[in-house]
Amino acid sequence: MIALLMRDLRLAMRAGGGFGLGLAFFLIVTVMVPLSVGPQAALLGSIAPGVLWLGALLACLLSLDRLLALDWEDGSLDLLATAPLPLEATVSIKALAHWITTGLPLVLAAPVLGVLLNLPVPGFKWVLVSLLLGTPALSVIGTFGAALTVGLKRGGLLMSLLVMPLYMPTLIFGAEVARRGAISMEVQTPLLMLAGISAASIALLPFASAAVLRINLR
Amino acid sequence: MSIWEYANPKKFITTTERVIPALWVASAICIVVGLIWGFFFTGDEVRQGATVKIIYLHVPSAMLAINIWVMMLATSLVWLIRRHHVSALAARAAAPVGMVMTLIALVTGAIWGQPTWGTWWVWDPRLTSFLILFLFYLGYMALWEAIEDADTAADLTSFLCLVGSVFALLSRYAVNFWNQGLHQGASIMRTAAVTGTDTEEKVNNIYFYPLMLCIVGFVLLFLALLFYRTGTEIRSRRIKALLARERVMA
Repeated sequence: MIALLMRDLRLAMRAGGGFGLGLAFFLIVTVMVPLSVGPQAALLGSIAPGVLWLGALLACLLSLDRLLALDWEDGSLDLLATAPLPLEATVSIKALAHWITTGLPLVLAAPVLGVLLNLPVPGFKWVLVSLLLGTPALSVIGTFGAALTVGLKRGGLLMSLLVMPLYMPTLIFGAEVARRGAISMEVQTPLLMLAGISAASIALLPFASAAVLRINLR
Repeated sequence: MSIWEYANPKKFITTTERVIPALWVASAICIVVGLIWGFFFTGDEVRQGATVKIIYLHVPSAMLAINIWVMMLATSLVWLIRRHHVSALAARAAAPVGMVMTLIALVTGAIWGQPTWGTWWVWDPRLTSFLILFLFYLGYMALWEAIEDADTAADLTSFLCLVGSVFALLSRYAVNFWNQGLHQGASIMRTAAVTGTDTEEKVNNIYFYPLMLCIVGFVLLFLALLFYRTGTEIRSRRIKALLARERVMA
């Protein structure tokens, strides 16, 4: 398992940077927002938590098609499926590798981009916390979407259409935590819900992803 | 005699073909009578005026929009567990109907909301979750279209339906939490009204009967469409098989 994780991480680092692309996209989205809605500090501050969440979500979504497609194309996915490691574990590891290379950098970059958007001071902590709790769910749900569409030639757009609705609960609770945190409101309820969604997704969705992948591989 | 007999495509088609005309006629009668009764023979509501009458389209379509998804969930499960092709095809046939019902509910809601709430659209939990449901239908249908192999498509869409149901339900509660609603609660059947502890209003009887007729009509219409479309799916599947066989022969 660890070997697989290391392999995926190394591949992501070397092959055109899964790291860099997601982060760069996040940065660009964040820069585009003031350009499109205007530079008023008060307005930016009030929408900053939502913009950061949406940007992170989109960056996550864009990197999903690399998650399984590359292994599918060169046949290593077939090898992994026949390996002694259960496919459920394989997809979990894949999701973890995706989170480390995409989710975690996004989480760490969010406070920096928050400065650009004039995020209120109490918001920094909660944006960080909510993204830290929410991005694993995004990775795991995304893995399910990637597994669904892995056999398709131009699956990218379809995958976005499939994954976006599944992202909605996570986005709603995550952005709500950040929004409430930014205006110093009580955040416990959405925070617990967000953590619950993440925990349940991590625990259950790998089974669905593996089942779907088996169908695609047969 | 069990329901699984109809898992045989031939049996399914011969049986449904016999009931489909009756279903068309019955649903047409119910909807026409219900709408005419509702539009012309019930008075205007005190506060809403004539706008209340959109209820005869809005409520049945909204009920079906949700229940068709539930039906798709059930048939998907049947497909995954018992591998009856008719079941998978029924789910496929139902999806576009469900999507259109969702659209009707959204559009009639908007038309009603304009004079009543003063706006075409608000980000109210019910409205939002219906929009999300609409997106789920879109994704489900797109996945069916995208995959060439029929059994793979049936398997994958079934899993999407299963996982999607959980997330659709989650979204429902999430949006409830996210914004306080403007939309009134369900008011057709109230258990509290029966026990007499209800302080809220129930739909008045003069609106209730034509509404019931419309709901029955919509359900019958859905059944007719479902049987008809499933039959079409079965036949197109059969044509594909025949063509493939011919190609092998030639």
